Amino acid sequence: MTFVSNLLSYLATEPFRLVVCLLAMMAFVGLNAAYLVWVERKGAGRFQRRPGPTEAGPAGLLQPIADALKLMSKQLLVPAGVDSLLFRGAPLLVMSPALMSLAVIPFSQTLTACRLNVGLLMIFALGSVNVMAIMLGGWSSRNKYAIISAARVVSQNVAYEIPMLLVVITLVMVSGTMNLNEIVNQQQGWFWHWNICRVWVNPLMPVTFLIFFTCMLAETNRAPFDMAEAESELVAGAYTEYSGMGFGVFFMAEYANILLGCGLATALFLGGWQSPIPGLPGGVLWFLLKMYFLVFSVVWIRWTFPRTQFYGLLNLSWKILIPVSLFTLVLTSGMLKLMRHFGFGV
Amino acid sequence: MIVKESLATTLVDGVPRETFVINLGPQHPATHGVLRVKLTMDGEYIVRAEPVCGYIHRMQEKMGENRTYAQYLPNTGRIDYLSAMTYTHAFVGAVERALKLQPPPRAEYIRVITSELNRISSHLVWWGAFLLDLGGFTPLLYAFDDREKILDLLEAITGARLTYSYYRFGGLCNDVDEDFLRGTREFVAHMRSRLKMYRALVTGNIILRKRIEEIGPISQELCRKYGATGPVIRGSGIAYDVRRAEPYSVYPEFDFEIPTFPETDSMARYLVRMEEIVQSLRIIEQALDKLPAGPVMAEKVPRVLKLPAGDYCYAVEAARGRFLVRIVSDGKEIPYRVKLRTPCLSNLSLFEEASQGMLLADALALMGSLDLVIPDIDR
Amino acid sequence: MKKALKDIFGGFGSLVTGMRITIGQFFKPTVTLQYPHQSLKMAKRFRGHIELVRDPDTGKALCFACKLCERACPSDCITVDGAKLEGAKKKSVTAYKLDFTKCSLCGSCVEACRDGAIRYSRDYNLASLNKDEFIMDLFEKLETEAKADGFVEVPKAPVAVAPQVPGLTPAPAASPIAPAMPLAAATPAAAPAPGPAAGTSGGSPA
Repeated sequence: MTFVSNLLSYLATEPFRLVVCLLAMMAFVGLNAAYLVWVERKGAGRFQRRPGPTEAGPAGLLQPIADALKLMSKQLLVPAGVDSLLFRGAPLLVMSPALMSLAVIPFSQTLTACRLNVGLLMIFALGSVNVMAIMLGGWSSRNKYAIISAARVVSQNVAYEIPMLLVVITLVMVSGTMNLNEIVNQQQGWFWHWNICRVWVNPLMPVTFLIFFTCMLAETNRAPFDMAEAESELVAGAYTEYSGMGFGVFFMAEYANILLGCGLATALFLGGWQSPIPGLPGGVLWFLLKMYFLVFSVVWIRWTFPRTQFYGLLNLSWKILIPVSLFTLVLTSGMLKLMRHFGFGV
Repeated sequence: MIVKESLATTLVDGVPRETFVINLGPQHPATHGVLRVKLTMDGEYIVRAEPVCGYIHRMQEKMGENRTYAQYLPNTGRIDYLSAMTYTHAFVGAVERALKLQPPPRAEYIRVITSELNRISSHLVWWGAFLLDLGGFTPLLYAFDDREKILDLLEAITGARLTYSYYRFGGLCNDVDEDFLRGTREFVAHMRSRLKMYRALVTGNIILRKRIEEIGPISQELCRKYGATGPVIRGSGIAYDVRRAEPYSVYPEFDFEIPTFPETDSMARYLVRMEEIVQSLRIIEQALDKLPAGPVMAEKVPRVLKLPAGDYCYAVEAARGRFLVRIVSDGKEIPYRVKLRTPCLSNLSLFEEASQGMLLADALALMGSLDLVIPDIDR
Repeated sequence: MKKALKDIFGGFGSLVTGMRITIGQFFKPTVTLQYPHQSLKMAKRFRGHIELVRDPDTGKALCFACKLCERACPSDCITVDGAKLEGAKKKSVTAYKLDFTKCSLCGSCVEACRDGAIRYSRDYNLASLNKDEFIMDLFEKLETEAKADGFVEVPKAPVAVAPQVPGLTPAPAASPIAPAMPLAAATPAAAPAPGPAAGTSGGSPA
C-alpha cells in the first residue's frame, strides 16, 4: 500500500507528471477526434430530420471505430514525384501543434499539464505551424486541386489570425496576464463575472467573443469558412492525395484544433472550470460542459449555413473584423486607463 | 509543384498569362450529372470554359424513329426526369394536335395539376442541389422532405415516383380519387408555410446573398443570342413564358403571374424559381376548385395511331424552359422524325461566354443557377 | 457607410434566424424510415413488375397468348407462347417470360391487355446477386402459386421458381409441397383437367 502511494507520489513529480499528462492528453484528443465525428454525424442527421448513424453499435456509437478501422486498413499511397519528406511529414506537423497547445489549457484547478506564464503566446505561436503544415501538405502533393486549396488556406488563415490576436490582446490587457490559469482564476463568482460579461471594462466584450469564435471557425477551416476543402469544387482540397491514415490524421487534427479553439474560448471568455453559481464546486465537468456546448455550436453552424465565397471570407476579415477588433482594442485601453485613473481598481 | 508541361501561355486580354487546364467533371461531386467542363484557368480566374457534353447521349431522337407513338411515350418522361409530366405533355399534345383529338376538360385540368406539382418538385430538387453546391447541406434534406409528399401523391395515382407515363393520347391513363384531391390541398397549405421557412433560412441569409448577388450576370442580349428560356430569361427581365406566349391546354383559364426579375444575376434566377413555386401553388388551387367531373379519356381514340403526313409541334413550359416536340410523320405508325428541342442545351450554351473572367466558385454558382439536367442536354 | 452597417447588423440577424430554424428542426421527430427494419406499404396503383392473373375458379391464367402485350412493349421484354389445347375454345398460354432487366415499368403491356390477364405486382424488394432471377418466368410462377393454393392437377414441373430454358423438357418430379385439405378436396373435381395440363407441361408447344 505504501509502495503504491510512494510510487504515485514519485510519479506526480516532474518530469513524470508531464509525461503522464501528455499521454492522457493524447488519449483525450484521440477519443475526442473519434467521437466528435459521431457527434457531428448524429447532429447533422438530427438537424436534417433523420437519425444519423444507427447501425454500427447502439445508436451508432461504434461508427467511429468502424471509420477508424476503415482508414487504417487502406493503403498508404505516396504518389510518384511528390516531395517525399514533406508529403509524409505534413500530417504529423498538423497534429503536433494542437496536441502541444492543449498542454496549457486549464481543465480544472489541478488538471493542467503545464502552467506556463506565457501559455497564450505559445498557443498562437504554434497555430502558425498548423497553417504551414497544411500548406506543405497541399504543395507537396503535386496536384493542381491541392495547390489551389493550399494557397487558399494560407491566405484565409493569415487573414483570420490578425483579428484573433487583436481580440486576445484586448483580453490580455483586461486580465493583465497571459497565464491561462490566472485568467480563469479571475473569473470567480457568479456567471456575470465571466470575461464575456465584463462590460464595464470593455463594453464590446460579447462582440469580442463573437469575433474570437468566428476567427476560430476560420482558423480551423470549418464551415462556413471551409473554402479550402470545398467538396463540390475541389474534391478534397489540400488532402486530395492523402489516403488512409494520412487523411485520417488530417481529419483528427481538424477536430483537435476545434477542441483547442473551444477550450481556449471557454478558458478565456466563459470562466473555464468555474461554476456559474459560487456555491457549487468548480471542476473539470464544468469545463467540459462549456467546451462541448461550444463544440455543438460549431457543428450547428456548419449544418446551417452555406459556404462563404473566398473573397467574401477575406473581406469579412480585412474589412470588418479587423476594424472592429482594432476599435475594441482602443476602446478597452481607453476604458482601462479611465477606470484606473478614477480608482475603480479593475 | 505543378508539372511544367501542364502550364501553357495564353493571352488574356492581350496579356500573356500562364494558364493550366482543369477538368470539372464528368464525375462531379456537385449534382449536375455527367457534364465535363474544360476550364482554362489563370490562377483562380477562368479564361475559357468549354462544356463537353455527350456522356449520356441515349439517342432518344433516334428511338423515336423506331417505335410507335404509344411505345415512345415512356421515353418522353426520361429525357428530363425531373419534369417528366411536362415533357410527356408536350409529346402527347403534339400527337393530339395531329389527330385533332380533344381530351375531355377533366383530363386537361388534371394534367395541369400534375404538371404544376411536377414543376414544384423539380424546383425543390434544384433548390436543394443549388444550395448543396454552395455548401449548405441541410436545405437539401428539407426540400426532399417536401418533395416526398408530392411524390407520394403522384405515386398514388400513377404508380411511379419519377417517370410517370401518366398521360395518354386523348386524356389520362386513369382518374384521380378523393384522396389525391384532399392530399393536394393539404400539400398546398403545407408548402406555403414551408416556403416561409425557406425564405427565412436561406433567401434572407447574408452568406447566401453575398454568394449569389451580382454573380453571373446574363444580359438580355446574351439570352436572345443563345435562345435561353425559362427562369434564365425571366431572371434577365424578359417575361417570356410559353404558357402565356404560346398558350396550351387550359392555362388561359388560370390567373397567375409570371415572376420576372430584372437584375440578371444569379439571385434573380433564384428568386424567379422560388416565386414560380408560389405561382404553381396558386394554379393548383384554382384548378382544384374548378375541376369538372366527367371522363378522363376522349371517346374516339383510334387503336392504331397513324398520324397524317406532316409536321406537328407542341411547346410547353417545362421547369427549365421551353420544351418543344416536333413530329414529322409520313403517315405510318412510326414517326419519321421526332425532334426534341430541350431548354438545357440552350441554357448551357451561354455558359462559355458568361463565365469568362469569373472565379471558379462564382462560375459554379452560375452553373447551378442555370438549373441544368444533363440528360436533357444530351438526350 | 450606413449601408455597410445595415449589412452587418441585418446580416448577423439573418444568421441568428437561420440558426434558430435549424435548432427548431433539431428537436422535431425524424421523418425517415429505417429500411430494412421498417418497410413502406406500397400504393394500390404501384407499378411493380407484372404478374399473370389467374381465374379464381380454375386457377389457370386468364391469358390466352394474344401477344398484344408483346407488341406493345417498347423494350421487347415480353415473350409469350400459347397453344390451343384439345377441348378448349381459346388458346392457352404455355410460356410467359418477362426480361425484367430491360423493363422500364411503363405499363404499356397492362394497358394493351384487353382481358386483364396481367397486372402489376407490389414487389419492390427486388435485389439479387444473380442476373438470371430477373428473367422472370411468370407462367411458372403462376403455376407454382396455383399449386400451392390447391389448384393442382398433375405435378409436373420442378416447383422451384428458377427460370426454364425454353426447349428443355422439365423432368416430372414429385411435388415437395404437400398441400393439406384443399388438395384432397380438389382432386376429384380436377380429374378431367390433368389431360390438357399434362399436355401443356410437356415442353415446347406444338
